[in-house]
Amino acid sequence: MIYELSYFALAIFLAFVGVTLGISFYFGSKAKSSQGYFAAHGQIPWFVNGIAFAGDYLSAASFLGICGMIAFYGYDGFLYSIGYLAGWIVALFVIAEPMKRLGKYTFADALDAKFQSPGIKLVAGISTLAVSLFYLIPQMVGAGVLIQPLLGLPYWSGVVLVGVTVILIVVTAGMVSTTYVQFLKGSLLVFFSLVLTAMILARGFTVKSGGQDGHEFLTLGPVENLEDSTLSALPELVDYQPLATTDDWHEKPYLRLIKPETAEVLTLRIDPHADGGYVLRESQTLTKTADGKTLVNGRIKGTKKGEPELHPVGYVSRLPNDAKETGPLSVVSFFSTLQASEVTLWSKEVVSLADGGSTTVYYPKPTAGAQILRPGEHPRFKGIRSDKAIDRLNFISLMLALFCGTASLPHILIRYYTVKDEASARKSTIVGIASIGLFYVLTLYMGLGAMTSGALDVTDSNMAAPLLAQSMSEWLFAVISAIAFTTVLGTVSGLILASAGAVTHDLITSYMKFDFNDTEKVRIAKISSVVVGAIAIVLGILFEKMNVSYLVGWAFSVAASANLPALVMLLFWKGTTRYGIIASVAVGMISSLGWILLSEDTYANVYGLPATDAIVPFSQPGIVTIPLGFLVLFVVSKMTAKR
Amino acid sequence: MHDRNARIGAVLCLIYSAVYSGFVLLNVFKSDIMETTPLPGINLAILYGFGLIVLAFLLALLYGVLCRNDVKPNTSRSQDRTEGQS
Repeated sequence: MIYELSYFALAIFLAFVGVTLGISFYFGSKAKSSQGYFAAHGQIPWFVNGIAFAGDYLSAASFLGICGMIAFYGYDGFLYSIGYLAGWIVALFVIAEPMKRLGKYTFADALDAKFQSPGIKLVAGISTLAVSLFYLIPQMVGAGVLIQPLLGLPYWSGVVLVGVTVILIVVTAGMVSTTYVQFLKGSLLVFFSLVLTAMILARGFTVKSGGQDGHEFLTLGPVENLEDSTLSALPELVDYQPLATTDDWHEKPYLRLIKPETAEVLTLRIDPHADGGYVLRESQTLTKTADGKTLVNGRIKGTKKGEPELHPVGYVSRLPNDAKETGPLSVVSFFSTLQASEVTLWSKEVVSLADGGSTTVYYPKPTAGAQILRPGEHPRFKGIRSDKAIDRLNFISLMLALFCGTASLPHILIRYYTVKDEASARKSTIVGIASIGLFYVLTLYMGLGAMTSGALDVTDSNMAAPLLAQSMSEWLFAVISAIAFTTVLGTVSGLILASAGAVTHDLITSYMKFDFNDTEKVRIAKISSVVVGAIAIVLGILFEKMNVSYLVGWAFSVAASANLPALVMLLFWKGTTRYGIIASVAVGMISSLGWILLSEDTYANVYGLPATDAIVPFSQPGIVTIPLGFLVLFVVSKMTAKR
Repeated sequence: MHDRNARIGAVLCLIYSAVYSGFVLLNVFKSDIMETTPLPGINLAILYGFGLIVLAFLLALLYGVLCRNDVKPNTSRSQDRTEGQS
């Protein structure tokens, strides 16, 4: 799709960023000590901290990634919502109070409270850095994705813009400002998600055959055969001539025709019809030629509205009782209506061209509502309907990592130090669970609303939520995009602060034993922030095409494998030794990272190698590496216990 | 006091883990059940999913209530401080 600058959206966006920076500068002038910089002097009220938890946690992955995945595949994205929220149960019931009781600035503080071991500080500090960087990548990808429709700027400039803004925020302020930015963002995100959901329900469903740009996709047939004489008899194809089928297209189920006067190529997907014959469905093609040109349906992709571009998609193609529209729906009838309807989803396949270029075909796939609302349609969740034990293990592994990962995320853990006692830590977590839970319930409405909005960009699932808002109104789009962008800003600030804390306290002060005064510590933290921010910008640009929710899944796996076994065993097993903790964090981190780097998803999506070459049997490491962390801790502690 | 809070937390965590595991295992081994519609037009996948989110909130509230009763004598001082600050 072509995105153009909206000055209204830009104004709202700049206002949001301006307020965010204003808060940062205001509170920044007050945070001079390292206690203030890293832990807000432990004086944040628990309610504010609870909503700030929501701000920290509801990252680009939750808002953009989950909504996008639901919009393109249905229920499956909601599995992430369920897993992300379930993780908070571990955070509240197991981690919250001990973290507050044992630590001061960083996750390593709590882990090391009993032993005072530089080794623990070292591995916990490195683990914090690794998890934070993994978590930073999807946030940066989210920023780049958002900036395209909002400001009409290229992807990389969004990544750079958010990187630089966040570095400014973190360097000028610290935990107090980050907390209030998160509080503001968390409140706005939940509130406007409620507004969006109310608008989705009020709009109801309408039967369409195309997206909101007015283009109606052709559905022809059923025809008995695919011979020229049959096709030329179809009135819709009277202006088209058959296109010679080259080798690349030979075995693909498409008919290709060309309109001579415009050179527009019409690609029709050939679907067998249940009663015999074929149905032909208009598809869309995006071609990257060998000489670097981009073609949309055979013509050079435009740069302005009205020029060739991919049409927006996402519509209900049949309603119960063949109704044309439903009118307003309730929170229950929204699902029951969809359950009995049919929605046209879009899939894609890539055709390699002989000259080295490639064409991606996006084709419509009418899908029963009952199928959309059941788990297991997304390739990542194929384990749900697979007979293979490996696929099932992969699914269980992901759900385990989500459950265990939340309570091990460094930027969440450091928020326990910003309140003043254990009771406040507990209360703020309960407020966090309430607001985050409400938001995750809304993701299913927003995702399915986007799926049927006629506004989806078929090339980019991450844009579903902002485009849904745009289909409602321009101001809502501006506000939602600005909030989403602030979401990224807030989460990235928290992650960079957690990393800076790990570098300053765990690595430089505790492990390397440099003796710095308070002002110097804050200065080192700020320098670390700039470095981590710069690395995040580069990684964000490199990982442009990955679904942000999926990338976050990786961060959860590493966090759960490296940090959780040590935290839980320290709290519940008296036999834990310092060497057990060091070994557990190191093995958990290295094994989960190694597993991810050798998995088929990384082979296919990052290295561009065949997925079948991958070394590990399934992609999600949690089910192996989390128990491994516990086992290593137990064995090493037994071996090194004082007799 | 810490021990009692930790025990309550561990029990509630186990309860939630069991319900969550039930959801994951049903999906893997009896995925057809998720398609059934216990309420007219609403399938089990949606009911169970929403149920997990609501249960998390209810257990969190229960934990908050139980722990507050437990630590009251010790936290009255800190609560006063909170009110003074906010």
